[in-house]
Amino acid sequence: MNDSDDIVKEFLVESYENLDRLDRELITLEKNPNDREILGSVFRTIHTIKGTSGFLAFDKLGAVAHVGESLLGRLRDGQLVLNPEITTALLATVDAVRQILASIEATGAEGERDDSALISRLTRLQRVSEAAEVRGESGVAAERKAAAPEELGGPKPDSPKIGGPKLGKSKMSSPKVGGPKLDSPKLDSTVEEPKPAAPPPPEIVVEQSAAQSAEVADAQQVQQAARGQSASDRTIRLDVSLLDQLMNLVGELVLARNQILQFANSTEDSGLLATSQRLNLITSELQEGVMKTRMQPIGNIWSKFPRTVRDLALGCGKRVRVEMEGEETELDKTLIEAIKDPLTHLVRNSVDHGIERPEVRQAAGKDPEGRLFLRAFHEGGQVNIEISDDGAGLDQERIRNKAVQKGLVSADQAGRMSDREIVNLVFLPGFSTAEKVTSVSGRGVGMDVVKTHIEKIGGTVDLQSKPGHGVMVRMKIPLTLAIIPALIVTSAGERYAVPQVNLLELVGLDGEQARKGIETIHGSPVYRLRGRLLPLVHLKNALQTTAVAASGSGRVNIVVLEADGRQFGLVVDEINDTEEIVVKPLSKHLKSIAVYAGATIMGDGKVALILDVLGLAQCSKIVTEGRERLQDEAVQVTAEGANGKQKLVLFAGRAGARMAVPLEMLARLENIPGAQVERSGNQWVTQYRGQILPLIRVSHALEERRHLPPGEGVLSLPTTSTLQVLVLENEHQTFGLVVNQILDIVESTLEPQSPPTRAGVLHSSVIAERVTELLDVSALLHAGEAYEPAEA
Amino acid sequence: MELMTELMTTTSTRQFCTFYLDHLLCGVESQKIQEVVTYRELRPVPLAPPVVSGLMNLRGQVVVALELRRQLELPERSPDMTPICLVVRAASGTVCLLADEVGNVVEVEEQTFEPSPETLSPRLRSVILGVHKLEHQLMHVLDTDQACEIQAIGQGQSSGG
Repeated sequence: MNDSDDIVKEFLVESYENLDRLDRELITLEKNPNDREILGSVFRTIHTIKGTSGFLAFDKLGAVAHVGESLLGRLRDGQLVLNPEITTALLATVDAVRQILASIEATGAEGERDDSALISRLTRLQRVSEAAEVRGESGVAAERKAAAPEELGGPKPDSPKIGGPKLGKSKMSSPKVGGPKLDSPKLDSTVEEPKPAAPPPPEIVVEQSAAQSAEVADAQQVQQAARGQSASDRTIRLDVSLLDQLMNLVGELVLARNQILQFANSTEDSGLLATSQRLNLITSELQEGVMKTRMQPIGNIWSKFPRTVRDLALGCGKRVRVEMEGEETELDKTLIEAIKDPLTHLVRNSVDHGIERPEVRQAAGKDPEGRLFLRAFHEGGQVNIEISDDGAGLDQERIRNKAVQKGLVSADQAGRMSDREIVNLVFLPGFSTAEKVTSVSGRGVGMDVVKTHIEKIGGTVDLQSKPGHGVMVRMKIPLTLAIIPALIVTSAGERYAVPQVNLLELVGLDGEQARKGIETIHGSPVYRLRGRLLPLVHLKNALQTTAVAASGSGRVNIVVLEADGRQFGLVVDEINDTEEIVVKPLSKHLKSIAVYAGATIMGDGKVALILDVLGLAQCSKIVTEGRERLQDEAVQVTAEGANGKQKLVLFAGRAGARMAVPLEMLARLENIPGAQVERSGNQWVTQYRGQILPLIRVSHALEERRHLPPGEGVLSLPTTSTLQVLVLENEHQTFGLVVNQILDIVESTLEPQSPPTRAGVLHSSVIAERVTELLDVSALLHAGEAYEPAEA
Repeated sequence: MELMTELMTTTSTRQFCTFYLDHLLCGVESQKIQEVVTYRELRPVPLAPPVVSGLMNLRGQVVVALELRRQLELPERSPDMTPICLVVRAASGTVCLLADEVGNVVEVEEQTFEPSPETLSPRLRSVILGVHKLEHQLMHVLDTDQACEIQAIGQGQSSGG
């Protein structure tokens, strides 16, 4: 029983692989119906399945495979030329076979199914081919030869009558029979002609040679099949868990090696040193080798696409051809699995909504057949995968309108966005959940899911669209998840690994710098990195290990990280080294803690935690929008007390009125000498970093002009020696907000506690125990612009 | 030997691996125990629930270690005591449970079993299934899966065990 189970299992695995190849081959064949090699390969695959199913007594499978094989046989013999109808029928056969196999795999039996419709369809197609073959003489002969040996025997009784002199005739008729037979009668005729009794032997020779030619063809087929097999003989199937186990062992070996190396370096024994070096080398190679076993070419998942595309294109009356480049690009198996669905989604999207109908394409002067291009290549330790089509591209206006309508961006923001930013809006969650396929050419359906999937494995997605010329989606995926380069840091005496993908730079502050460089106001530290304010997160605080000691004279290490397009600095005790680490998953118990991406085992055998930079940023409120909604469950566990809080810059306006703007708008804090302020029209401006920075005075913008003391009119230049300026960035515009005094940076909930008291103010809240007005920066900006001309 | 155990199980006896927790004799079904290893340094996990003592390197596998004393709401172990690690195969994967001292493998008969009394808090009752009345002591039978579950304590009351 066990034995036969094993055989069935092997049969299933092999057949699945063959079927995947069949799909691909049939599509290729449809484009190039005369490729006999592929035809032969398709025939052999079905033949093998038929043969094995007979052996294993799977009758239904055998029946389906049999008719499929007969049809293929006719195709192979050239009696019939492949057309879309036959291809569809053959693909249906493949599907039926696959279904039966699935049933066998699940239940051990073929199950209740009726394939008679398919079988009669295939048979009908064969009959069509028979009708067609009457026209092709050689086809008839070949068919007779192959199908009915007794027919071959037919001429035999006749031939003695033909006799020697008539041999010429038999030679003439031989072309009907085909090539191999052609020579032998000729040869015989020359040798045997003198003897009247001779004819029988020639016939036998003819017979034999005919039989031989058939046999030879068969033998060749067998050999070819054997040759095909020999390739598969060189590979073996392995359980992935075995590889994982090997990987663990190699990991252990690496640890042991590291310890031996440490030990060897501290001794004088040259023999031990040499041996340990050798061990070092071998271990590294072994590790590399084991890694390689997990790599698979991306072609493994791509191979399904031609079929998907064909079916889809036929379904919506389009013509699409799939082109691929770089199928051999290798990726870790787990990654291959992870990108399968997003890729399929993108491919379907391209065919479904991207590529136009043939008539539309023709009208636009394009090839009626659309082109879907898949490309993969290695670049900078990452795998780039591009999916592009030459369809209509995205309708940017509609995306813009829809995003505004859905409240994903403000009309104002949308107006300022570049085309590229606009098309990438389709990745926003909630962009297209309501209306499906119809609006915005349905491109947004599930694009946010694609993005989350890709980002989950440390990849990025980007979309480019050229109206009228198509869309290209490019994703960058790490080579492997199992081993990643990481920066090892120490905090509170424990080591943590920070994935290098998120790492931008390292900043070390010593002595004086350390004390002055970090401006910690009200517990929200920021650091001026080349003039830009970088929010800081103390790892100790984020992990609630120990409170940060009052910043002494010690060195401050800042790891500048980027998560979801936001930069922040992670303050750690020590920066150790960069290392390639083997990522181990965390147990279910710890999955809910968003700040960890996994664990790893260090060279000394100790466990270190891998930080999830995005999770860390979320917990520390560096990244506040969009994504939070998706993952708020995870955040809830760790980020209590931080819900809905926002970081604000507090400053004093005229007469000590307290105001605030969101910290995320703040680019820099500057002290600008009064003498550097110039006038441009009715506006204050200053030359700042090679640009003209417009300055807006809070007190003026907020309709306080009537209270201005004399000498501070709009047109007069500042009298004070220095101005405190908040350099703000709002919707890609940079401007300076002149304030009386910068007070503090606070984290506060923005519960609106009273409606706005005047224009340019969003609302008033109690922040840090004082009533504070939160400025509406964009209104302020426009109000400023609007009123200036009136003043003139 | 295998024949022996087979015979034992058919006569409704079960095999338990016992250990001590603050002088309580506890037991888990021996087939759930993968191995018992000596204590090794654990990597603490900041922000994790208190029952998580840390992460352990078990021959290249990173395994979470849970403090059984906290799981069973017992007083903390004195710092000079070195715990032992019971590596168990639970529904949530391989987990290491920290206990005070390892005991024996005992065979018990079904009829000596009694379920936990109602007086025990519901969350403890989800972990401690009951006791086997041994000759000199009561052996607390632990539900391996529940003992390895953080929710068993954390949300025990809300989920009703």
